[in-house]
Amino acid sequence: MSREMMYGEAMAVSITEEMQRDANVIFYGQNMAMTERDPMLKMFGRNRVRIAPISETAEIGIAVGAAITGLRPIVELWMSEFMLVAMDQIINEAPRLRYMSGGQVKVPLVLKAGYGFAAGWAGQHSNCIYHTMMGIPGLKVALPSTPADAKGLMTAAIRDDNPVVYLHHYMLTLDTGDVPEGEYIVPFGVADIKRAGNDVTIVATGWMVKKSLAAAEQLTREGISAEVIDPRTLAPLDVETIVKSVKKTGRLVLVDQAPRQSSAAAVIAAEVAEKGFEHLSAPIVMVTALDASVPYSEPLESYLLPNEDKISDAVRSVVGEHARMRA
Amino acid sequence: MNDHKSLGKNLARNLGKDRLIWIYTQMIRIREFEEHVKRTFLEHPGAMRGHTHLADGAEASIVGTLATRNATDFVMPTYRCHAHPLVLGTSAKKMMAELYGRKDGLCKGFGGSMHLADPDRYFPGTSGIVGQSIAHAAGAALTAQVKNTGQIVYCFFGDGASKQGAFFETLNLAALWKLPVVFILENNEYQAYTHVALEDANAQAGDPLSQKAAAFSIPGVTVDGNDPLLVYDEVAKAAERARTGLGPSLIESKFYRLSAHGNAITIPPAPTQFPEHEAIGVYGNKAEYRAAKDRDPIPRFAAHLESEKILTQSERQALDDKARVEMDDAVAFALASPLPEPEEAIKYVYA
Ligand SMILES: Cc1ncc(C[n+]2csc(CCOP(=O)(O)OP(=O)(O)O)c2C)c(N)n1
Ligand SMILES: [Mg+2]
Repeated sequence: MSREMMYGEAMAVSITEEMQRDANVIFYGQNMAMTERDPMLKMFGRNRVRIAPISETAEIGIAVGAAITGLRPIVELWMSEFMLVAMDQIINEAPRLRYMSGGQVKVPLVLKAGYGFAAGWAGQHSNCIYHTMMGIPGLKVALPSTPADAKGLMTAAIRDDNPVVYLHHYMLTLDTGDVPEGEYIVPFGVADIKRAGNDVTIVATGWMVKKSLAAAEQLTREGISAEVIDPRTLAPLDVETIVKSVKKTGRLVLVDQAPRQSSAAAVIAAEVAEKGFEHLSAPIVMVTALDASVPYSEPLESYLLPNEDKISDAVRSVVGEHARMRA
Repeated sequence: MNDHKSLGKNLARNLGKDRLIWIYTQMIRIREFEEHVKRTFLEHPGAMRGHTHLADGAEASIVGTLATRNATDFVMPTYRCHAHPLVLGTSAKKMMAELYGRKDGLCKGFGGSMHLADPDRYFPGTSGIVGQSIAHAAGAALTAQVKNTGQIVYCFFGDGASKQGAFFETLNLAALWKLPVVFILENNEYQAYTHVALEDANAQAGDPLSQKAAAFSIPGVTVDGNDPLLVYDEVAKAAERARTGLGPSLIESKFYRLSAHGNAITIPPAPTQFPEHEAIGVYGNKAEYRAAKDRDPIPRFAAHLESEKILTQSERQALDDKARVEMDDAVAFALASPLPEPEEAIKYVYA
């Protein structure tokens, strides 16, 4: 059984279901559950659903302390960049405590934040900062691109015994799709082939999956068949599925909303260069944001970010390359 | 409301007629600018992107504060930053063009509403990340102290920001190093959609937020931020303290934000505009909002100036009209300005 719902709603459904299932799950953050009319508050009460002040270091640090002593906190952070004021907690506390205790403690918490809001939010609210987190051993990073994944990854995140940074893409908030009802888990570290194809592999996350699918659709008119893969979690990263696809297509285009050298694309490129080199018949191409902060004005912002045309051009360039190499 | 006797009469007593009229003029310019910004969302949907925050309700607090300023003192507001540069003499046209994302904008379309900057006028920029610019302000004060320039810094931030680590760390350091900075905690009763009593331990206990100053052993006062002369009195004392090397002070200026926190957060292409104030939209408390409207600092100060025979009604009308025309022109300038060339986007990454 499934039901059509929005991406944003799918996350809330998962949180509600998990809070019903496990009394240790608590949920707090800024600007939430302000009035008694709040549905989560009505269902779970002020003990488990709380308002936090603008204190990310305390909000996240308290989640770490609660997690190592038996709760499973979910912290609503709204925008991923607000996490940056609490980077010690996210990078140097949460993921390290289990390791340093020789496996004695666990830190089950979820940091929920939106990202990539390409709508004029300018330099400090719409960057993509997952690269900073995906390389930290002990920390997991999930980036759903569909409503179903939004639910399934959230459920997996809440049940995971490790700290998880769960990043939802603002531009996808109102997208609708079929979402399985009841318990639905998308396991971490399992990429999803969003579209099958033979000529080129496109790997993308979040909003870029949507853009890549649109480009792939366009390219069929030129006789190019693109496979689109969404890793869904960047840590752990399903390199195997990507390499398997490259073995079939021989070409790889990586699409990422982050700037080039702080992108997940750079990491995936290195993995494929090592593990799939013999399958490649063209250089790996990265379609990323240009190396700048996100500007305010629309023409500047669009110029900076990947789009369908840039993806299509990249695909054409590797397909052409392939043809040239074969000739 | 309109209780003129409550208006500041202490240090502000020495303000001449011209200065009082200057204060009113800046207040009405700010209000007109913000009204024009707000109207843009209806009249030119899509022209302003992202998140825009207005200063209506804050005019008395901001102008009363800046009336104590010497010509080279630094001013460091938050992302809610349209009012301050107007007072400093920044072109309203360039500011409006920035909000419209145009090439002739103050920051060439790179910053938008949240990130205005006019360093030549001692306004070096803002942060959109709550609380962080409190530290920047103390840094500007460090520059003044190290170079012994005699400048001080006016640091503005919200009630919500006073719960950020940067607030506590910076106030301690500024007090310890006796940095020449005045911290103005603008208590407009809301942190975005959350009422201050739901997120501040002092407010929950019924105490003023200025109490936080005690933790750093610096003076802390609470002032009626709807009255520019009362604000002037308190800030003038704090400014004097900073100028004479005694270090920072914390002033809690209490007023009410008269518009919603910002335009509604929508996912493109859905249009955005200013929703109802949170008092009504979130809490259903129309009475609170109506009472705040009754305390609107602009009619209140105008009434004071009229009763003191400083400004006649027709003189006031002329100032209001002039401000309206100035902001009409600013909008026309913004609309006529071209969008930036896309290729500019990678231009200002490094110095
Ligand atoms: C570190 C951080 N957390 C959250 C936000 C989101 N946010 C933007 S403005 C705001 C409210 C700030 O309230 P206050 O400090 O009272 O200032 P006001 O907007 O009322 O002037 C919040 C929570 C942010 N920008 N930065
Ligand atoms: Mg506030």
